[in-house]
Amino acid sequence: MVVGAALAGVLIGPASLPPGKVLAALVDRLPFVSVDSGLSTREVAILFELRLPRVVLALLVGAILSVSGGAYQGVFRNPLADPYLLGVAAGAGLGATLAIVTAGSGSLLVGVAAFLGAVAAVALAYGLGAAAGGRRTGSTLILAGVAVAAFLTAAQTFVQQRNTDAIREVYSWILGRLGTAGWQEVLLLVPYAAVGITVVLLHRRLLDALAVGEEEARTLGVRPERVRIVVVLAATLATAGAVAVSGLIGFVGIIVPHTVRLLVGGSYRVILPLSVLGGGAFMVVADLIARSVLSPAEIPIGVVTAFIGGPFFLLVLRTSTRAGER
Amino acid sequence: MSQLVLHGVGVSFGDRVAVTEVDATVAAGEWLALVGPNGSGKTSLLRAVAGTIPHRGMVQVDGVAVATMSPRRAAAAIAMVPQHRVLPEDMSVLDYTLLGRIPYAGYFGIEGPSDVAAARRALARLDAADLAGRRLGTLSGGERQRVVLARALAQEAGVLLLDEPTTSLDIGHAQQVLDLVDELRVERGIAVIAAIHDLTFAAQYAGRLLLLDAGTVIAQGAPAEVLSEAAIARFSGARVHLMQGPGGEPVVVPRR
Repeated sequence: MVVGAALAGVLIGPASLPPGKVLAALVDRLPFVSVDSGLSTREVAILFELRLPRVVLALLVGAILSVSGGAYQGVFRNPLADPYLLGVAAGAGLGATLAIVTAGSGSLLVGVAAFLGAVAAVALAYGLGAAAGGRRTGSTLILAGVAVAAFLTAAQTFVQQRNTDAIREVYSWILGRLGTAGWQEVLLLVPYAAVGITVVLLHRRLLDALAVGEEEARTLGVRPERVRIVVVLAATLATAGAVAVSGLIGFVGIIVPHTVRLLVGGSYRVILPLSVLGGGAFMVVADLIARSVLSPAEIPIGVVTAFIGGPFFLLVLRTSTRAGER
Repeated sequence: MSQLVLHGVGVSFGDRVAVTEVDATVAAGEWLALVGPNGSGKTSLLRAVAGTIPHRGMVQVDGVAVATMSPRRAAAAIAMVPQHRVLPEDMSVLDYTLLGRIPYAGYFGIEGPSDVAAARRALARLDAADLAGRRLGTLSGGERQRVVLARALAQEAGVLLLDEPTTSLDIGHAQQVLDLVDELRVERGIAVIAAIHDLTFAAQYAGRLLLLDAGTVIAQGAPAEVLSEAAIARFSGARVHLMQGPGGEPVVVPRR
């Protein structure tokens, strides 16, 4: 599925590249293999400088957002949790907006500021949640996250309205973009993805233990607070990295882990690794839709994921409410 | 095979004292039932022994204070089946049973083949081997109870704590669960402490009863010593007849 999506992502675009030659060119890049693809220099440039980094970036961003969504759902025992719930998005948005209005959208500061904003938002939500007694239940933390998100979104809108000259740049960033992706963004994101995804995956079994409740987890020899903090930090780090290079892309963290859960059952042992793969594939396909529907113009990928994700969110809400009634 | 000793175990929630100092010893292979009215402190005492809430005094397993053990070591020594347990609907029975192996798995609790084998053995012991692939949400009440016990059994702890193991079960399934616990106790020399509100069941299965009222130990000893019509009327306000079962054990019958 992942390979199929990635190939489609590489092959489809405004300039048509012959599939056979593309495959040959890709194989040619493998070590110790030399194949003559027959692609022109221009086609090679399109393949390796435009399409491939974009597909790789989509894979990474999708994997990060999905696995982080699954991780947040496990930590907070709430099916509606995703990277955007705890105010990560709003925090990153505020950080990025501040950087854009002060230094311009091309600045490296955007990424750093988005990361700092995301971490600050999570810390704030976690602190408020814990102060309100959230150590016992996940719901207090979620409410705190919603409050933090609302506050930071308001702050972000305020900053944005005061700097109308930068409003276009802010908007295009907020709606999400993979269009300007190059290898530089990929390299920037790889460490975030590697650390975040690895740490979350290592905790997959302990998240299963949290699923039976904090007190029972304790009787199984698990320290719930420690698992929560480590997993949240890892997921947030990875999310902030993804947000910094691709803007705000919503709902992926809900759609993918839930689809996986429906297909293979409720153990994070399986959900999280499959979310990494499924998330990558989903994002490549979403990006493909984003750049094909109005081709050669592109719609922001955040619009595509929200179009699919909005109804999906309601579906999850409906089924989880029903499960609660039983 | 473990011996459990409680030295002056007490629990307070803020200013409210839920359990005053309890001293008790449960030998390997012995069953102690906690009895007493609702709110008498049975659950708080169990939670203190399990180490999930702060408490005074000391809990020892085989002479070692549980408070000095790492969380994993403590979990390998004491298994707990709480009254209100969460069974994630879409988790498989095997995955759930495997949670009992976390104390033995590596730092991240990821199991190896020997853990899977242990979990399957535990399921097989409770006649639940064929449930392994089912999702928890599809199980009947009796099956759920067996699976929860299998998870505790997979933990291979010498001490088993049970909080109202028969709640919401009909009389047949309640007997099945208690019989299973009893078999495991005899087979593996497990020290069992169970909070049981049904006094007749408590007297039939436990070797000793510990009667709590308002967090204080009123009596501790053999069922026939602890249970009397007067004592029951005093602590629970219930009107009962006390009769004798075929084995000489007290049978408590409500009276109108």
